[in-house]
Amino acid sequence: MGLVSLAGPTHAAVLVGVVLVEAMVLYVAYGAVIARVGGAVTDALRNR
Amino acid sequence: MALFGLPLATLALFVGFGVLIGVLFGFFGMGGSFLVTPALLVLDYPTTVAVGSGLAFVFGTAVIATLRHRDLGQVDYKLGALLIVGTTVGIEVGKDLVLWLEGLGLSGVVINVTYVVLLGGVGAVVTLDALRHRGGDGTDVAGDQAADAPGSADRGLGLAGVVQSFELPPMVRLRGGVRVSLWLVLLIAFATGLLSGFLGVGGGFVRMPALSYLVGVPVPIAVGTGLFGIVFSGGIGSFLWALDGGVKLSIVAPLLAGSALGARVGSAATDVVEATAVKRYYGVMLLLGAVAIAVKQVGGALHLPALRTAAMAIILGEALLVAGAVVATSVRALRSGAGGASTTD
Repeated sequence: MGLVSLAGPTHAAVLVGVVLVEAMVLYVAYGAVIARVGGAVTDALRNR
Repeated sequence: MALFGLPLATLALFVGFGVLIGVLFGFFGMGGSFLVTPALLVLDYPTTVAVGSGLAFVFGTAVIATLRHRDLGQVDYKLGALLIVGTTVGIEVGKDLVLWLEGLGLSGVVINVTYVVLLGGVGAVVTLDALRHRGGDGTDVAGDQAADAPGSADRGLGLAGVVQSFELPPMVRLRGGVRVSLWLVLLIAFATGLLSGFLGVGGGFVRMPALSYLVGVPVPIAVGTGLFGIVFSGGIGSFLWALDGGVKLSIVAPLLAGSALGARVGSAATDVVEATAVKRYYGVMLLLGAVAIAVKQVGGALHLPALRTAAMAIILGEALLVAGAVVATSVRALRSGAGGASTTD
């Protein structure tokens, strides 16, 4: 992805940025999944 | 077969381990560097990579867990900002202290002994407090809810009441009806930062009890706000380690994929599990952590690799045990009707 061509502070900042973006994408993606199936899972746990 | 330069089995191991740590991190606001760095070292990664990637992972997980706690209304941004200021100064002083001790040739011994004493001491205090507020039938007694009520002077071991009684202006109002001197909050943040810098750890394990017992913030807000602070300290730390080539995305990405799910489960669990249960598990985790580090140090001193392996087994075992207990307690609480709609996730 061109990351290896970077160096020094730019490379470090991009790495931290990638981790931040991954975290936020995962947060939104899992949030969407949980919004879709979370209620059913909770109900199943409550009524089991 | 390999993906992102890692064998599929290793990738699956990282994702699974990430889920486990995510649950603990979301629930307690600590446990990242405490668990990930030793695990990476056992997998033969260089120290720089183990520490740097561990810290980057903690940063990512803290972002996810903080967002979740924010959704639950458990982040006090004013307190978080004060924490960042006090902690940053404390970390710098802590690092200087380490350098001074290194000059005397005493850093290793002093740091390890402090770590074990601190983990064991905080673990013992938190566990005793949780047991003190526990009913004979295994449920939390009403007195505990009173102790955790906003503004209660009898919160925790009564230390919060003492801290709140100091009228040193300017006074700040925090979430949970807490009114406390700005200077005392900064002092406590500085002290936790000092320990963070001195021990070379994230410091989540001292931040949560400090906010709960000393400042008097309710436990869920102490966890959420502590995580908010870790987002900044973790981000800065990751950047500094990345400069030295310590951050490997092939390690961080799969760990984060697992912890994103685990952190949601752990964060949501704080909404349904009683405060005393949080403290009880937290205390047990710290006590076992103290035992593991003591065993590891003895193994290192006596050149017994078996003890170092035993220490790693204790750390991984306790993570599995406590994460399992958190999930089991949450499911029990759901079945008994505790918690609101927010417990869905």
